[in-house]
Amino acid sequence: MVWKISDETAFDTLGEEVRLTINGIPIRAPQNQSLLVTARANGFEIPTLCYHRDLPSEGQCRLCVVEIGEHPHTQIVNSCTYPTSPGLVVQTHSEKVMQARRIVLELLLARTPKAKLIQELAAAHGVYESRFKTDDPEELCILCGLCVRTCREVVGVSAISMKGRTPDKQVATPFLEKSPACIGCGSCAFICPTNVIPYTEKNGVRTIWGRDFELQACTVCGNYIEPKYQLEHWAKITGDPVETFFVCKDCR
Amino acid sequence: MPKFESIDHLREYRRQLIAKRDPNQSQVLVCAGPGCLPMGSEEVAAAFREEFEKNGLGAKVLLKECGCHGLCAGAVRVLIRPQEITYQQVTPGDVPEIVEKTLKEGQVVERLVYEDLHTHEKAAYKGEIPFFKGQMPIVLRKLDVIDPTSLDDYLAMGGYRGLRKALLEMKPDDIIDAIDKSGLRGRGGGGFPTGRKWRICQDVEDEPKFIICNGDEGDPGAFMDRAVMEGDPHAVLEGMIIGAYAIGASKGYIYVRHEYPLAVSRLQLAIEQARESGFLGKNILRSGFDFDIKISRGAGAFVCGEETALIHSMEGNIGEPSPRPPYPAQSGLFGKPTVINNVETWANVPEIINLGADWYAAIGTEKSKGTKVFSLVGAVNQTGLVEVPMGTTLRQIVYDLGGGIKGDRDFKAVQTGGPSGGCIPAQFLDLPVDYDSLQSVGSIMGSGGMIVMDTTSCMVDVARYFINFLYEESCGKCTPCREGLKNLLFILDEIIHGRGSEEHLALMEELCGTMATASICGLGKSAVNPIRSTMKYFKDEYLAHIRDKKCHALVCRPLLKYTIDPETCTGCLACVRECPVGAISGKKKMAQELDQELCVKCGLCYEACQFEAVKVE
Repeated sequence: MVWKISDETAFDTLGEEVRLTINGIPIRAPQNQSLLVTARANGFEIPTLCYHRDLPSEGQCRLCVVEIGEHPHTQIVNSCTYPTSPGLVVQTHSEKVMQARRIVLELLLARTPKAKLIQELAAAHGVYESRFKTDDPEELCILCGLCVRTCREVVGVSAISMKGRTPDKQVATPFLEKSPACIGCGSCAFICPTNVIPYTEKNGVRTIWGRDFELQACTVCGNYIEPKYQLEHWAKITGDPVETFFVCKDCR
Repeated sequence: MPKFESIDHLREYRRQLIAKRDPNQSQVLVCAGPGCLPMGSEEVAAAFREEFEKNGLGAKVLLKECGCHGLCAGAVRVLIRPQEITYQQVTPGDVPEIVEKTLKEGQVVERLVYEDLHTHEKAAYKGEIPFFKGQMPIVLRKLDVIDPTSLDDYLAMGGYRGLRKALLEMKPDDIIDAIDKSGLRGRGGGGFPTGRKWRICQDVEDEPKFIICNGDEGDPGAFMDRAVMEGDPHAVLEGMIIGAYAIGASKGYIYVRHEYPLAVSRLQLAIEQARESGFLGKNILRSGFDFDIKISRGAGAFVCGEETALIHSMEGNIGEPSPRPPYPAQSGLFGKPTVINNVETWANVPEIINLGADWYAAIGTEKSKGTKVFSLVGAVNQTGLVEVPMGTTLRQIVYDLGGGIKGDRDFKAVQTGGPSGGCIPAQFLDLPVDYDSLQSVGSIMGSGGMIVMDTTSCMVDVARYFINFLYEESCGKCTPCREGLKNLLFILDEIIHGRGSEEHLALMEELCGTMATASICGLGKSAVNPIRSTMKYFKDEYLAHIRDKKCHALVCRPLLKYTIDPETCTGCLACVRECPVGAISGKKKMAQELDQELCVKCGLCYEACQFEAVKVE
């Protein structure tokens, strides 16, 4: 069970307004709102890789860590899931926090040396090269899980998931076979921060996760809209006849 | 087995049960615990059965295959009651003699009794053996007495008396107060106060509530929980029923790893017996309280011992931990408040309720109460399962109970708390063991694994072994643990291969700092303990590997160098015949030469040489 605390869903669980301090500045925020949202709303920037406002946070990347509590009883927590509470003392850029972020970025830079996003974020934290080991210089996946969560929570089909353990963990379809659940919508490729999910469109066919999807042409202008599977999925969840979706957005 | 309609009915049944039993009944108790079973418990028990038949003793002597007797080094163990004579290393061939001498004539079979390694004194009676003398069994009390498949045996030993008291005399709040006052802390490793955990869950206004027993014991060398689940399954159930009554849970689950099939079947049988007798199900003992337990089997991931990962696994999701808060006590299984405790914790509960919080709180140290079960393994003479009061020193455990180090070698370190525990050096042998003292020296209580190491262990190699285990078991969800463990393993491999540098040590230190603070769960956070503790207490060994390219314990193969001493070599060619790569050459009856370029450092020549001419450094 994922504890939903993204902006979208947080409203159900938000409580009364509480007072806390972030970097020494008194802040008011609804109770149980995530520290990340609270900090950003108050102008404190916290870097993230696996956070998305429309998805439940699971705390994979550990870049959003902050330090809570007062010396000497402080603790490092990930701000994307940690809720606000009365009197909480938060530091978003303490030495401990910055050290953790630098090491996390250095580890990711070794994992995905060619990923632009990681290079830039690392450089912004003063990390220009990694002392750690690179296994595959072509690797781009940072295992943030945004694609998996999007497929599960937004698209609602769970065609892909994490497979295996250790650094060999990968995003995959079940048994690495063509997934019958996939509707070819490409949301996973769209959300991917490092553009690692291969995806092509040629002659009215979209290829993703090893499967070819025939694209539906707009019955008015003839431009391709989306894969037929996806439109059927829309029809199923809306209850409208599938033909409703055969006209593209521009021609409607 | 009757269905108990009321608490009085249970009391009456127990009274009759005890009255029926003769305290002087001859009993043969064959250990069928994790250590003895693979050594042939079943065959020994079958031999007894056959022998009884031959001698017409079947009606007179009671034979039981029971849980772990503790001293696994003497497998297969047999306990003869009422005299409490213990025999060790019993084989089916010894059985006729035991029956003839001990059961018929009341004499001791001297050759099968315990013998002290140092004084060579023999001890036939359980109470005389030092291994048992220093212990204080609470959780393990019934293991060598009862037949784990018999509810009557459990009842006769006072079983379900705690539940009776809880339902009859106590309100849920009183139970939580008692657990709180007893000072019981989670035996799974974290050491969180159990009473406080229950209180948090009780206070959450949400229904239904769940109880989980964590039986996913995955530490290498640990078998405490397995022994309890296999040897005294009803104690776990009773603890869970009391806990459920206290927090208001209607359903309980026992999460057992699939690799423990016997534990699964014993628990399953116990659950069925408890249902039949009215300890589980609707309206338990006519108290109006409903509760039932199911078994959920784990597929063998180490990380699923972490409570949030365990819950995800039970829900049918990937066994990965999630950040806390929310804690399972607030939002656990299926998003509902859930109390999750380890097997040993649950097994303590009935005793605390039965004998009182004050009794329990009087045992142990200021902040760690009661006893702890350890599985004592590694380089000690007497390996096995021990239960000692908190605050017992490491020296007492290793030397008094464990009988000292094998082969009279020197003690080097003891690793506590499973793979993510730290290695504690000899200077802390007099440390009283409890949650806080272990933490203060860079280790953890964990679930109670205790691996003793002597001078033949290389601490760099030990660290590598545990890091490799954790690397393979890391779920890979969060960056510091996933990528960090990979890099720690890589660096350790470099050091072991003689390619390490002092910068590597600094880098490991830095990496450990981030892993310990920024990982999601306990696996990543505590994974640094084996590295940090060995780097702190055995830095010279790291430096010997790095600077001198030497492994003084002669463990790290790439750093070893084999040579043949021309003075002692007789030219017998024994080594030449063993060498798999043909690296040794020379004429017969002349000194041989070893080509360092070809040598793969397998050590076969070293073992083959009768004249100690092959040297290793």
